[in-house]
Amino acid sequence: MPEAGLVIRMPRHDGIIHKDIFMALTKPPVPHGAAISDESPGWHIVTQENISCLVLYGSWVSHNSALPEFSGREADPGSTLKCDITKLSSWDTGFIAFLWDVRRFCDKADIVFDTGALSHPMQQLLDLLPDQEAPIAPARTARLPFLDAVGVRSIAILAEVGTVATLAGRTAIAAYRSLFGKASLRRNDLLSDLFNAGPSALLIVGVVNFLVGAILAFVGAVQLQKFSAGIYVASLVGIATVRELAAVMTAIIMAGRTGGAYAARISTMQGNEEIDALKVFGISVSSYLILPAVLSLVFTMPFLYLYGCLIGMLGGYFVAISMLDITSLGYFHQTIIAFGVGQFIFGFLKSIVFGAFIGLTSCRIGLKAGRSAADVGIAATHAVVIGIVGIIALDALFAVIANSVGI
Amino acid sequence: MAEDPVMTMQDVTLAFGPKVIQSNISLSVKRGSIFAVMGGSGCGKSTLLKSMIGLLRPSSGQFHVGTQDYWAASEAQRTEINHRFGVLFQSGALWSSMTVGDNVALPLQMFTSLDPRAIRRLVELKLALVGLLDAIDLTPAEISGGMRKRAGLARALALDPDILFFDEPSAGLDPITSARLDDLILNLRDGLGATIVIVSHELPSLFSIADDGIFLDAISKRPIAFGSPRDLRDHSTDPQVHAFMNRQRNEEGNAS
Repeated sequence: MPEAGLVIRMPRHDGIIHKDIFMALTKPPVPHGAAISDESPGWHIVTQENISCLVLYGSWVSHNSALPEFSGREADPGSTLKCDITKLSSWDTGFIAFLWDVRRFCDKADIVFDTGALSHPMQQLLDLLPDQEAPIAPARTARLPFLDAVGVRSIAILAEVGTVATLAGRTAIAAYRSLFGKASLRRNDLLSDLFNAGPSALLIVGVVNFLVGAILAFVGAVQLQKFSAGIYVASLVGIATVRELAAVMTAIIMAGRTGGAYAARISTMQGNEEIDALKVFGISVSSYLILPAVLSLVFTMPFLYLYGCLIGMLGGYFVAISMLDITSLGYFHQTIIAFGVGQFIFGFLKSIVFGAFIGLTSCRIGLKAGRSAADVGIAATHAVVIGIVGIIALDALFAVIANSVGI
Repeated sequence: MAEDPVMTMQDVTLAFGPKVIQSNISLSVKRGSIFAVMGGSGCGKSTLLKSMIGLLRPSSGQFHVGTQDYWAASEAQRTEINHRFGVLFQSGALWSSMTVGDNVALPLQMFTSLDPRAIRRLVELKLALVGLLDAIDLTPAEISGGMRKRAGLARALALDPDILFFDEPSAGLDPITSARLDDLILNLRDGLGATIVIVSHELPSLFSIADDGIFLDAISKRPIAFGSPRDLRDHSTDPQVHAFMNRQRNEEGNAS
């Protein structure tokens, strides 16, 4: 670099006024006992013959203001860069970052960076730092073309259906083995799951079904009154709750309440390596975790369904009695003749299937989840969404079957 | 280093509800020292650390940081004091949904007005100090346990704290990594002028780095010895402290 004589580069002066309190609290102790001053940090290079001197001055505290950056120039390979820190008042790791940049620049330009004038702590910290540059952030994976994406997703969904079916099969085998006391299903786990899925859900299932029955009766009463057929409100509420609404509403509540909880619990266990611990002990995940979850829902759902039917009809009854000129006995009679036992059995079977579906999918989603905190949230959301969509899809399937069988 | 204490505790009792963990704790941590909290498993070492970093209010006693009464201060003042603290948790406690770099960057983004480039530079520096520059864009799930601990250390250093708290820094690390961590701790103390409080069982590392300390007893639920680990090893007359420091089985069989 043929610039002879004295070269002085002025630094950027982006001094920001220090906030006194913030500074007092975040300022590490000054290593050299120098007073904290408001002078802004800066540097310049003084070149004499083959030796340059990096003169550093001011307070290099990174959190109060942006520090100057090193912008090296062309220099003769083999020359030496020394440091002068006599005018440096205070520093923190931001200063070390600057020195690191200087050192990497010198390495690249083949200049000898003489750190002898730096204080011992600075040298120690600088020695810890590697010479390499930071890795460049990996590029985001390219997006697939539309058709490819559709194909990949479809295959993934098919594979997922297969996995859930396998899981269902394993759980069924575990259930069969547990009948003979061979599976690792513990009675206490089953009882606590049963309690969580059953009695503790009674209130919310009751409230929702009561309101649904009441709404049905209200809508029906307004219409049927026009034909003087008010008494058929009882049939309407009865058939609607028993055939469809009690089962579907109860299942949706359980998908949100219990399914989400199972998915969150299992995905948290996944994150804590608890699932790995079970596997190492040879405790089957399907019989220890999934079986109690599925069984508790399969046991409680039908009873919650019956309870939901009763409460739904009760809701309809209150609205009908208060809005229409119907006697209690008349409403009761009309309800009884509206549907046969077959309807109940059908609803009963449906809710068993819904229960198994919620249990299996939520456990599967929990097992599939990643290991971070955000993944737990994603798993719980997926369990609820897939549970609700799946229940409604299954119900539609049941409606088609019922129609063709003639129930 | 000057003799002014950075933190002092007077007659502090720590309890969870009615259950007393430790009582009559009085200590003072000198500026620039490495202060060790020692004791058997379950004696309340981590609980003492928790009360120092503001996670557990002592049921009685006083805790001063500098001249300020920590627990008499308002929530906002406590937060400001906490910005002087850097804490390395036992298992790293990295935020699992962010990359390692973002973990270190978050405190800088929250509490400084630096622009993203300057933050990135500081993050690179902190990670390079602990030898993790390559892991900057990995998530905590993708790195090993020892790396997670070092990343936790880089995060603890994010705001250039002047008091660092380490909860079992070398637990679960191999001897070489653990020795390197000890060197790093010493370098940080010398380089940044930080004061360090360290909770540890690792006798070799305590002997090599700590210069002051307190020994908590699980049975009498109070501190039974004060001084540097080396000093306690060589001169302690208390049989339990002596046994602990010299890795002997205690006669009563209550050594950890």
